[in-house]
Amino acid sequence: MTDTDVTSESPPPEVPVAGSGAAIRAAAARIADPEQRVLERIEEMRKRKPRMRDDAITMSHGAGGKSSHTLITALFADVLSNPVLDQLGDQAVLPIPGVDNLGLAVTTDSFVVSPLFFPGGDIGELAINGTVNDLAVGGATPVGIAAAFILEEGLDVELLRKVVVSLRAAADRAGVSVVTGDTKVVPRGKADKLFITTTGVGIVELPQRSAMARVRAGDVVLVSGALGDHGATVMLARGDVDLEAESLRSDTMPLHGLTKALFDEDIDVHFMRDATRGGVATVLNEIAQGAGVAISMNEDSLPIHDVVRGVAEILGIEALYIANEGKLVAIVAEGDAERALQVMRSRPEGAEAAIIGTVLPEPEGMVFIETVFGGTRVVDMLQGDPLPRIC
Amino acid sequence: MKFADEFRDADIARALSQRIAGEAGDKHWKIMEVCGGHTHTIFKYGIEDLLPSNVELVHGPGCPVCVIPMGRLDDGIALAKRPEVIFTCFGDLMRVPGSDGSLLDAKAAGADVRMVYSPLDALKIARDNPDKKVVFYAIGFETTAPSTALTLLRAKAENLRNLFVFCNHVNIIPPMKAILDSPDLQLDGFLGPGHVSTVVGIRPYEFVTRTYNKPVVVVGFEPLDILQGVHMVIQQILQGRCEVENQYTRVVHDEGNPKALDVLGRVFQLRTQFEWRGLGFISQSGLELREEFDEWNAEKMFTVPGVRVADPKACQCGEVLKGVLKPWECKVFGTACTPETPIGTCMVSSEGACAAYYNFGRYSRARERERAMGANGNGNGNGAVKELKPIEVKAG
Repeated sequence: MTDTDVTSESPPPEVPVAGSGAAIRAAAARIADPEQRVLERIEEMRKRKPRMRDDAITMSHGAGGKSSHTLITALFADVLSNPVLDQLGDQAVLPIPGVDNLGLAVTTDSFVVSPLFFPGGDIGELAINGTVNDLAVGGATPVGIAAAFILEEGLDVELLRKVVVSLRAAADRAGVSVVTGDTKVVPRGKADKLFITTTGVGIVELPQRSAMARVRAGDVVLVSGALGDHGATVMLARGDVDLEAESLRSDTMPLHGLTKALFDEDIDVHFMRDATRGGVATVLNEIAQGAGVAISMNEDSLPIHDVVRGVAEILGIEALYIANEGKLVAIVAEGDAERALQVMRSRPEGAEAAIIGTVLPEPEGMVFIETVFGGTRVVDMLQGDPLPRIC
Repeated sequence: MKFADEFRDADIARALSQRIAGEAGDKHWKIMEVCGGHTHTIFKYGIEDLLPSNVELVHGPGCPVCVIPMGRLDDGIALAKRPEVIFTCFGDLMRVPGSDGSLLDAKAAGADVRMVYSPLDALKIARDNPDKKVVFYAIGFETTAPSTALTLLRAKAENLRNLFVFCNHVNIIPPMKAILDSPDLQLDGFLGPGHVSTVVGIRPYEFVTRTYNKPVVVVGFEPLDILQGVHMVIQQILQGRCEVENQYTRVVHDEGNPKALDVLGRVFQLRTQFEWRGLGFISQSGLELREEFDEWNAEKMFTVPGVRVADPKACQCGEVLKGVLKPWECKVFGTACTPETPIGTCMVSSEGACAAYYNFGRYSRARERERAMGANGNGNGNGAVKELKPIEVKAG
């Protein structure tokens, strides 16, 4: 965090304590500018650690936006706090005794998507890809996966078999094995058919190349492909809205090949994160806040399929906030941005990759977008819950 | 994307923006967009960046979620909590706080609350759940009222007895009149609501030009529509005209939609008065179901608390809605009243003037300064963002 913001602890303007001319001028400016004082107060409040005000968990706590963030930081991370967890990374990196240049990366994810099968994928494939991707964006090579299944009484065994076969195929594609697991059955109505939790273990080179702390002003922001396919697909597959879109497919896919290619080509990647719940907008907000920078995007450059734009337009939501299951955001050193784009585009996972913005020094913690119309607006974290249970 | 991208063209926008800047001169203009949909477009596309700083858009009372008084929302939540009820409403209502939590909280506590995109979805839910009572919490101006009316007509035709409507439909004209009657009014003209006008036509606004001598331009919801609307208001005043003009001719007919008006008349009648959050009671501003629909009228078929929750005294939403105060000038803005814990209507929905300012104010302010410093001419070109100046550097 920089010290460029005036805090409310500053001396009251009418009593300029310091004798310096600058202090007096600043104080005078503040008296003359009550609007600035109000804005400063808001800034101050925003920087406070979030507090969990809700009495009960609502669906918005699971949507990946502001409420999820508050739940995680103000409850889980608060109670369970330790140096590894406190970094709130996609993967935790643990030391391997006796080995200095390698670490053990661990990540875990639960999948509760409804419906279980949707165009372009199913819950089994998601469970593998989601976990592989959480390892891959940290630069870790997956070495094994644990899978736990919660089954609802009455679940059709053929359906379960289909899911497990798909999960196996996805694991094979990602070059990783499910090495252990667990099964529980709950009474009818206590779960919705089938929930899966996967835990992935990988090996990562130290010091980690993809680390949020490495993000700095001047870096370039890339995405590995078109935004919002998965969330839009699942939403329509659920049949809650009377829309059909034949060409719409979930983008679920493993990204370990893409991240490996970036590292193999020696691209100076500063940070990567896969843009799942809350979409690219939420990931960029996490980066802006976590790294104390601003991020500016150009709306024109966002890769979004026409069909997703159409769905988003009709439903009044934005593709930037819609979940993906096979897309990552990469923050890359300025000089390597074009090369990173070429590497991404040379692979099927990154065929539609694009440079979407740049990292700026300030306003700290803020993400904004230059609209196609030539104006600018702030892109905040997702609030509320537009698309429940998409992964 | 066809039928949308044409109205978002940055080159045309820049040209129009320059004309507005040229014609606006030194006068400070205050133009109110009445409709929440316009406010949304203004923020989504950053339209204020394309206007000179002396052309100010005042965000009016047309956000249907914002104007629902808390007592009415409490009634809805009380209905939602009944075990025999499936409660349906539009998604934007779910997060709005009542005096004891939101619908989302009620849902978490076990209420069956479902988001629908149309009242016809509620009708379908009622058909599919004959053993449940399905309540549709109807909100909105003349834009959404016809679809509620059609749903009720269909429910009646089908003799579907388990669908009930809790009606909060309101008319746009009475709050406009309330604002115009305000002695401290400082508006130069109005951007009229496009979608309301598809139903009511443009004639109902004639009193604004005749009685109050303020021009009205009915505009569409794409960013170019809004810019053109602003330009048309300014031109009217400069040319000494004062008329109701229709910028949104591709959708709005001067006479409105006679079929929709007919359906409205068959299903609804005016209430003597209706309470608006931030504006208080306004006579003949709300719609209720006609007697023939008593059996589908949730207010008649259920007992609700019906307790009026007064707007907090410190809240100055009324002044903000009238354009007399800027959001940050309100006493509780940013302290007691924030988007997380809103007190007044303007902070409730992201389309509200205060919520928008709370979220975007710091940034637009920095842009304003940058423009004031005269960097790069009008500072509207691409790349202007990159030259953003620091907000305020701590002294010492």
